[in-house]
Amino acid sequence: MSHWIILPVVLPAFLAPFMVLAARHHIDIQRAISVAGGVAMVVLAAGLAWRTSDDTVILYQLGDWAAPFGIVLLGDRLSTLMVLLTAILSLLVLLYAIGSRWDARGRHFHALWQFQIMGIMGAFLTGDVFNLFVFFEVLLIASYGLMIHSGGTVRLRAGTQYVLYNLLGSTLFLFALGALYAETGTLNMADLAERVRLIPTDANVGIRVAAVLLLMVFAIKAALVPLHFWLPSSYAEAPAPVAALFGIMTKVGAYAIIRIYTMVFPPGLEATEGLHGWWLLPAALVSVALGMIGVLAARRLDRLVAFAVIGSMGMVMVAIALWTEAGIAAALYYIVHSTFASAALFLICDLVRAGRSDLDLTAQPPVAGAAMTAALFFVAAIAMVGLPPLSGFLGKLLILDAAFGTEAVVWVWAVILVTSLVSLVGFARAGTEVFWKARAIPPEETAFAPARPPVLSYVAVGGLLALLVAHTIFAGPVTAYTSAISAQLFAPDRYLSTVLETPGKLSDADPDEEAH
Amino acid sequence: MEFLVASAIGVLTAAGLYLVLRLRTFPVIMGTSLLTYAVNVFLFASGRLATGAPPILTDAERYTDPLPQALVLTAIVISFGMTAVVVMIALGAYLGADDDHVDDAPAGEDAR
Repeated sequence: MSHWIILPVVLPAFLAPFMVLAARHHIDIQRAISVAGGVAMVVLAAGLAWRTSDDTVILYQLGDWAAPFGIVLLGDRLSTLMVLLTAILSLLVLLYAIGSRWDARGRHFHALWQFQIMGIMGAFLTGDVFNLFVFFEVLLIASYGLMIHSGGTVRLRAGTQYVLYNLLGSTLFLFALGALYAETGTLNMADLAERVRLIPTDANVGIRVAAVLLLMVFAIKAALVPLHFWLPSSYAEAPAPVAALFGIMTKVGAYAIIRIYTMVFPPGLEATEGLHGWWLLPAALVSVALGMIGVLAARRLDRLVAFAVIGSMGMVMVAIALWTEAGIAAALYYIVHSTFASAALFLICDLVRAGRSDLDLTAQPPVAGAAMTAALFFVAAIAMVGLPPLSGFLGKLLILDAAFGTEAVVWVWAVILVTSLVSLVGFARAGTEVFWKARAIPPEETAFAPARPPVLSYVAVGGLLALLVAHTIFAGPVTAYTSAISAQLFAPDRYLSTVLETPGKLSDADPDEEAH
Repeated sequence: MEFLVASAIGVLTAAGLYLVLRLRTFPVIMGTSLLTYAVNVFLFASGRLATGAPPILTDAERYTDPLPQALVLTAIVISFGMTAVVVMIALGAYLGADDDHVDDAPAGEDAR
């Protein structure tokens, strides 16, 4: 049994307390440790992704206890892709936080950051639903701290809403887990998948309730309309690097939906028939529409980006809700794209904010470095709206292509094409107001002269945009890989047999048990 | 006993939901606490109810399922910590703004 797969969880779990205990007063040491941890994590995640790329499923039994009794960690193509995505995003955004000195505006930024990474990595790697809940809580607790980092009344108020909403989500998660356990007597994902299949159709009320509750929990995480209310305020008010990292947290919800609803409750399952088709696709289409209308209606740049995040999550959910191999493959391509695009946009908001008194969509005099920021915004907006030549366009094309031939094709095409136009107008208006009209206003003669943002900030944003360009150029290999992930998801037998048939303590094949 | 436990969970949940829909932070926090109590009892009941039976596998015929009890312990610890965190953040927001509503401040007042 290889121990590498638990390192993405254990490494930040050791780094964070070390920083709190040993380097509390030395921000430079914290930065060095944090960046070193980030680089190590990228290497580690790349290694894991490489190992699972040939259809291997890595199983890690904690304490060597066999599967339904002990907790397992699992790495397949999907989870290692998400781990790699998180590691890369985290490193780049961390560079921005250091460059812009956001990390020094409050205490324990880096420790909380590592705990946040630990929770996200654990949520992607675990093979147990209750463990998923625990890792959700780890990432949420860390995110509460990060969300109100550096304080301020408006931020605390948004933080209260964010915490309360997520507290309700956690309670709902526990209700779902209780119902699931009462119906099946297990919480291991693979074991659940086997047992749910055995439930007769005339006794499926309980399991249907559990499936819907669980879907609602993940929909809250994925900010699916009508459960999206927590997102705009908290993302807009959170410190920019934190908002950029939060981009991956909505994807945790999408990941959990993909994982649970292809394996435990697959689309063809009799016990939960009708659940997938009826609710998810309409909700996803409304999310896309509402997000893009929000982009058009927003009066501040940070709110605009927050609504763009809702819209792009809706786009991901539309692709997932098709429940076909092509749909999931398109969703995964779009997940990678939208994570980098939204992170870049939040960081650009912060670059704009550095030179202005507020983020209102009004023209203000130009400041030093504005041309560079405007260019970055231009590229990121093109990616987010989904114009050629960047990956947003390819992602939408893949989703439209996946919808072609299904019953919902008219709705999907109509909503995606019209909302793309709406968001294009929204972003164009914002860019015009904030960047273009600035030249028309004479600079004020004041003592307040904002400094040019540091180079490291540009490196981080440029890195994110470069990744988007790479995501476009290498779209062929990437889509081939996401198709392979999707094929693996729709043939879960390997996953199930790896979990349930690997021997460990307490397994039936274990001779020690006979001796008792 | 099933009726007693089920109605207790129901009443706690109903009261919690009502309080969660209030406008000010203190009732909302009370509501989330009630909801977490309800879910703790619910989790406990998900392993089936049995009186006076040991929570371990023995040679005896009857035993209660120990796993939900472990889950409840985890859930209690987490919800307790979360409630403490939300109380602190809500206090900070209240002391800063002199206003303990949970919704966004009306437009025009949120200038930073």
